[in-house]
Amino acid sequence: MLDAAKTTDTQVETLLEVNNIEVIYNSVILVLKGVSLNVPKGGITALLGGNGAGKTTTLKAISGLLASERGEVTKGSIKYRGQPIQHTDPAETVRKGVVQVMEGRHCFEHLTIEENLLTGAYTRTDGKAGIQRDLEMVYDYFPRLRERRRSQAGYTSGGEQQMCAVGRALMSRPETILLDEPSMGLAPQLVEQIFEIVKTINEKEGVTFLLAEQNTNVALRFAHYGYILESGRVVMDGPAKDLRENQDVKEFYLGVSDEGRKSFRDVRSYRRRKRWLS
Amino acid sequence: MPDQFLFAIEVILNGLMAGVLYALVALGFVLIYKASGIFNYAQGVMALFAALTLVGIMEGQVPFSHLINATFGTDVHHFGWHVPALLAIFLTMLVMIALAWCVQRFVFRFLVGQEPIILFMATIGLAYFLEGVGDLMWGSDIKTLDVGLPQGGSFWIEEMTVGLGGDGFYGFFIDKLDIIATVIAVLLVAGLVAFAQYTKQGRAMRAVADDHQAALSVGVSLNFIWILVWSLAGFVALVAGIMWGAKSGVQFSLSLIALKALPVLMLGGFTSIPGAIVGGLIIGVGEKLFEFLIGAPFLGGATENWFAYMLALLFLVFRPQGLFGEKIIERV
Repeated sequence: MLDAAKTTDTQVETLLEVNNIEVIYNSVILVLKGVSLNVPKGGITALLGGNGAGKTTTLKAISGLLASERGEVTKGSIKYRGQPIQHTDPAETVRKGVVQVMEGRHCFEHLTIEENLLTGAYTRTDGKAGIQRDLEMVYDYFPRLRERRRSQAGYTSGGEQQMCAVGRALMSRPETILLDEPSMGLAPQLVEQIFEIVKTINEKEGVTFLLAEQNTNVALRFAHYGYILESGRVVMDGPAKDLRENQDVKEFYLGVSDEGRKSFRDVRSYRRRKRWLS
Repeated sequence: MPDQFLFAIEVILNGLMAGVLYALVALGFVLIYKASGIFNYAQGVMALFAALTLVGIMEGQVPFSHLINATFGTDVHHFGWHVPALLAIFLTMLVMIALAWCVQRFVFRFLVGQEPIILFMATIGLAYFLEGVGDLMWGSDIKTLDVGLPQGGSFWIEEMTVGLGGDGFYGFFIDKLDIIATVIAVLLVAGLVAFAQYTKQGRAMRAVADDHQAALSVGVSLNFIWILVWSLAGFVALVAGIMWGAKSGVQFSLSLIALKALPVLMLGGFTSIPGAIVGGLIIGVGEKLFEFLIGAPFLGGATENWFAYMLALLFLVFRPQGLFGEKIIERV
């Protein structure tokens, strides 16, 4: 149902290149132990894995938000369009076209929805007309936001806040959006809806997505390429279609296997064995 | 009895004026607290520093003259010129902006993401540092500040109201300076609110106040916003410093007005600009009226010193977020 052509085509330009990075928090806690990934232009790339695998940290390392949490990229490099960005501050990164939508939405609660969206355009210098046009564009993607434009974001529902967060990111006219856990705390129907919109934005506006997700099932249906992280390392990667078919992925993350559902105990011991091997 | 009643009105009016001055100081706290979660203990000292700098510049004093004289054995005191008040205020504002930049660059930049208590400690350090620098720069003698604001009782109001309550009534006595302070405070607040509501930087300021991380993620530069906020607080401190300085002279005790702002904040809420104003007015009127009606006749007077704190205590017990404090929006 997805065209794998986009990613199998080797001629696609690589926008973002994460090269063997190591991240340490508070100068002691080693969180990423050598993560490498490539994000091709115009694609949706998924970053999968369980709690504490390092998905969020990877995204924050790219966007530069690590510094404000006392985290630091100590090894490796992150390049955007060939330029190193691991030490640029977040505002500069946004100006370069990479914006992050944080996990848990993080809307400005006391600002109205519209003010939230306008704040997203903070780094832009192209004048009011362009910003107004994009505001309309966001409202067209998320009609619900148009209805709630005058309400304080803190009083809107979780789904509306997620839409607001994505819309706010769109307002900076980004080339790449780092989307962290869009499904968190949302009803399955809403998750589906959000992902549909992500796909539409990707196709219509040509925005590149790198999304971190625990919901492997949905993520692999909408993404073109996937990386699986486990305790700070990439343990597997491949086109989304292949990952969906992969035995291990099915077993670990989708909860099915050829012999039907396995007991959790079996999965665990198997998983431990596999980890030792890899 | 109408005499008593009219006198009470005069007390209330004077209380309102005093309240405006409290509110001016409280406003500085609110600005910084809202945008960065820092309770700025140094706000009072900033007002003192601003007033000292203003006087120093107006009089053409040589900054650090004592230090220079002691080191080089020279004897310099004044440049020998007098700077007009408006220009001096402008220059002082530049100094306050520079101060804001330094505070951000040398102190708070290194404390991003730290506990509020650590940030608070840093501002205590800042308060002592500024106090010392203020002394060293401009000397510690008591100075008079005269920026040309009218002072003394307003005869106009007095004459208009004379005889209102019969022959024994002399009319309301209201200090002109208090009236000016009220007008300026109202303008200042209107300006600040308009800035926060309708400008891009104001919006970013409120965004930062809501959620640092999210503001960072959309490309708002925290450094810039914080410098902006400290500059605004410096500006408010300057205005408060001018008003208080003109009233009671520029001296160390000026920095203690910050203590008077604390109850105002507890009343109005730490996060609300209108709260700071209304809180200031309530405290101003409350303490004057309490002294007039209860304190002086029954308690032996001098209740003005503690009334505000008692009121604040009551508020802490029954309404900790203050009158106008933002309700914490919590969603599950």
